[in-house]
Amino acid sequence: MNPIAAKQPRDMNKSSKVTRAFLLKLELRSHPTLLCVIRGALQPLVEMLGFSAEHNREIIRAVDEAVANIMRHSYQGRLDQPIEVYCNRLQRRTNGEIEQGVEVLLFDCGPAVDTTKLEARPLDEVRPGGLGLHIIRGSMDTVQYKRAGRLNRLRLVKYARTSKGECGSAEEKPS
Amino acid sequence: MKISARRVETATILDVSGNIDMSNSPEVRKALLREIREKGVTRVALNLTGVAYIDSSGVASLVEGLKASRESGSRFVLFGLSDSAREVLKISRLLKLFEVYDDETQAIAP
Repeated sequence: MNPIAAKQPRDMNKSSKVTRAFLLKLELRSHPTLLCVIRGALQPLVEMLGFSAEHNREIIRAVDEAVANIMRHSYQGRLDQPIEVYCNRLQRRTNGEIEQGVEVLLFDCGPAVDTTKLEARPLDEVRPGGLGLHIIRGSMDTVQYKRAGRLNRLRLVKYARTSKGECGSAEEKPS
Repeated sequence: MKISARRVETATILDVSGNIDMSNSPEVRKALLREIREKGVTRVALNLTGVAYIDSSGVASLVEGLKASRESGSRFVLFGLSDSAREVLKISRLLKLFEVYDDETQAIAP
């Protein structure tokens, strides 16, 4: 199915989900062929924010997996449903040093996620599937799910110079 | 994403180019299982030199290929992994499960 010709999605703007300006906003349909578009849009953004090549790959991988999860689980393979992605720069001061970060918010109109099912499966079992959540958590410093009115909101945060587990220990603000 | 098969001695090499994600990973799975299960090839080498990105659904296809090769007693090997492909296998703790080589010569060596 051609995503451009897809029917108009339900209006996600009825909910005032984001009140501040973002560096990048993407609106797309839940069509897997658009995953490469998201990766392609994020690549120059995270480069501009000064992340290392390895961190760039981690951020792009996490967002790609998160959007794929929305397509697969929240929309159950339907190809014409709305997804919105917002990206912004974050800064925080830790031990007198300013750390640059990126915040990615993803919204979808699917049913509320059963948070008890948001546990990544054990990796000692060799079988296909179920790796996406593990990859997202392993790539980002913060992964937060929230039901916001009729929307699902996933918040992903990564800082350029931080060790895992430190996130949230310092004040963070959009820059 | 494009995938094609060629025969080198007793092995089949599957050359993949482009990115592997949810939109096309079933094609990789299908190609792997065709060589391993249907054709009964004793060694299948997946050439990932032209693959910059592979997601979890692509990894799942590789795991299916690995399981099929174990069941049929054949060998399934990977070569030419990009940093990204290597990282996603590592983060999934699957890197050590696969036979991974730098290049084709190593991948098809007896």
